[in-house]
Amino acid sequence: MSYLPNIIFAFILFLAIFLFRRNILYIKRNIQMGRAIDRSDRSSVRWCNMIRIALGQSKMVNKPIAGILHVIVYVGFIIINIELIEIILDGLFGTHRLFAPYIGELYNILIASFEILAALVLVSVVLFWLRRNTIKIRRFWKPEMKGWPKKDADYILYFEIVLMTLFLSMNATDQLLQGFGETNYTRAGLFPVSKLLTPLFSSFSIESLIVLERTFWWLHIIGILIFLNYLYYSKHLHILMAFPNTFFQNLNPKGSFKNNEAVTKEVKLMMDPSADPYAPSAEDIVPEKFGASDVTDLNWIQLMNAYTCTECGRCTDDCPANQTGKLLSPRKVMMDTRDRLEEVGKNINLNGKFVDDGKQLLNDYITKEELWACTSCNACVESCPIGIDPLSIIMDMRQYLVMEESSAPGDLNNMMSNIENNGAPWPFNNQDRMLWAKEN
Amino acid sequence: MHVPTLAELTAKGQKPEVLFWVGCAGSFDERAKKITKSFVKILNKAGVSFAVLGTEESCTGDPAKRSGNEFLFQMQAMANIEVMNAYKVIRIVTTCPHCFNTLKNEYPSLGGQYEVMHHTTFINTLIKEGKFSISGTTYKGKRITYHDPCYLGRANQVYQAPRDLIQKLDAELVEMKNCKSKGLCCGAGGAQMFKEPEKGNKDINIERTEQALETQPEIIAAACPFCNTMMSDGVKNKEQDDQVRVEDIAELISKAENL
Repeated sequence: MSYLPNIIFAFILFLAIFLFRRNILYIKRNIQMGRAIDRSDRSSVRWCNMIRIALGQSKMVNKPIAGILHVIVYVGFIIINIELIEIILDGLFGTHRLFAPYIGELYNILIASFEILAALVLVSVVLFWLRRNTIKIRRFWKPEMKGWPKKDADYILYFEIVLMTLFLSMNATDQLLQGFGETNYTRAGLFPVSKLLTPLFSSFSIESLIVLERTFWWLHIIGILIFLNYLYYSKHLHILMAFPNTFFQNLNPKGSFKNNEAVTKEVKLMMDPSADPYAPSAEDIVPEKFGASDVTDLNWIQLMNAYTCTECGRCTDDCPANQTGKLLSPRKVMMDTRDRLEEVGKNINLNGKFVDDGKQLLNDYITKEELWACTSCNACVESCPIGIDPLSIIMDMRQYLVMEESSAPGDLNNMMSNIENNGAPWPFNNQDRMLWAKEN
Repeated sequence: MHVPTLAELTAKGQKPEVLFWVGCAGSFDERAKKITKSFVKILNKAGVSFAVLGTEESCTGDPAKRSGNEFLFQMQAMANIEVMNAYKVIRIVTTCPHCFNTLKNEYPSLGGQYEVMHHTTFINTLIKEGKFSISGTTYKGKRITYHDPCYLGRANQVYQAPRDLIQKLDAELVEMKNCKSKGLCCGAGGAQMFKEPEKGNKDINIERTEQALETQPEIIAAACPFCNTMMSDGVKNKEQDDQVRVEDIAELISKAENL
């Protein structure tokens, strides 16, 4: 009977890991629905980028207030997770503060630093909540942030407040029990923060304290396991996705847009006078469609970008079109891509394969008006703290609009026919190209 | 002015050091033609052996590609590459950041490998090599703010070359609140130059012009013919065109040196 808590703990732990693994596999499968793109080059640069940008948070501090608060929460998250190892082992083996006897004074230092970090995280998260809810920071109040995205952002903050409070309360009751010399509660740890909470619990009997301590302990670890499984449904997935995303981010100059290879083959064929127009090989190379009208036309990096986006809105904040009141919001492009990808994924889960649902990313999620407002200035790409590229999606969708639907705005059609006819975007005669040299 | 074409020089058995890619704006747009001529004066003063393609030049395809017409872009690119490869072009200089970006980044995989420079980088090189110097005092102490073209700055990380030249003019360079990698677009990129903007509450060039005017400049320096047009329109819209001029860096230099 005394093993019952261990068994319950093991069951909950493995259930959480099982569900988490299932979610990760869903994400992996969905990302793999994207078209192929090779990002296997320059791996040392890629590792450096990942360490600097994801692990080192180098781009977060471009906005100093949000950046520094984020670094605190992030460092707290990473460091406090060391304690999680002990908590899990304690749960499995029915021990209490398993590491304490083995590492001596280091244990006190660790617990003390976890507590200080937990307090800092708590303060930062409260400030985050205030920033998000009381100060009207433009990027948090855009139309795409209504509904679930707003709730999601707040839920994450509430989760962290609850988890940190539970962690500190657990330590507060634990140290009281240690003080009473209660068996199982061997003296271990240094509690600079939770010490301040002990007066709250000092009037309780030892029995009640044990119940409280156990309750805090269980709620804390179960909370963490729930949070782990919440990630899949949340923008908070960035804590994992930021790493592969920065590793695979584009390393070429931002102005270099990829050349569509299928088009290259076609054009070469057209320009080669000796080519056999009836040769079958060209047909094979031409993809089903040019550009992208749905998520499966995008490449896997773009789909990974969508799962990585944490909806901070720095891209939208810096977008010249958005700043001047146009409909385009690069963040919305990423959110729409993820929503549509999830919809396609659920469709496959339900039917075994994708069954046409009469919807697509274009029009049903992202409108032409948004796409045509982009100036391709790369401000969104530059501002993303974790290497997301909304511009490439916009450009692929424009390619679909022009090459498959011929639905460019009239002015652009004029510009393009000018290029075709005169070799310039304006209706000038190419023979007049040198007139400037004759003028004064 | 006499500007040699590659065809002309090749016929004479000569090969210039560098091809000046004029670009469509530089060839046809009234305002941009002045930039072209200023740059040619600088090239001549520095004794650079150069040529243009003249009527053999055609749009790089940039606005077609940014509009989504990959087919038209690649047709343009391959035709241009065929011409330049026939002349065995090695180095290219251009006054247009859009041409610069496309030639430098998007032509190589289509068979066009060249060393491509923006004119601001090129002029700096000439100065370093001792072929050209800026000594004029026309702009001494004048407040100049510099607008970063997206396709030069963020797209290709050229932030310093234009600023170095402004400082060589002995002018007072004042930065806008959004500059360098945070620079705000003028509103013309991505083929927006050729269409009406989408519905919004303001035009992008007005927003950017307001940022420029906040620095109380005498001159807004540009390094792109499209930015030049957008900022000039913005200044006119703000009825500041009497006090504030929009000039390309090549124009500033050629005026300072009385070329």
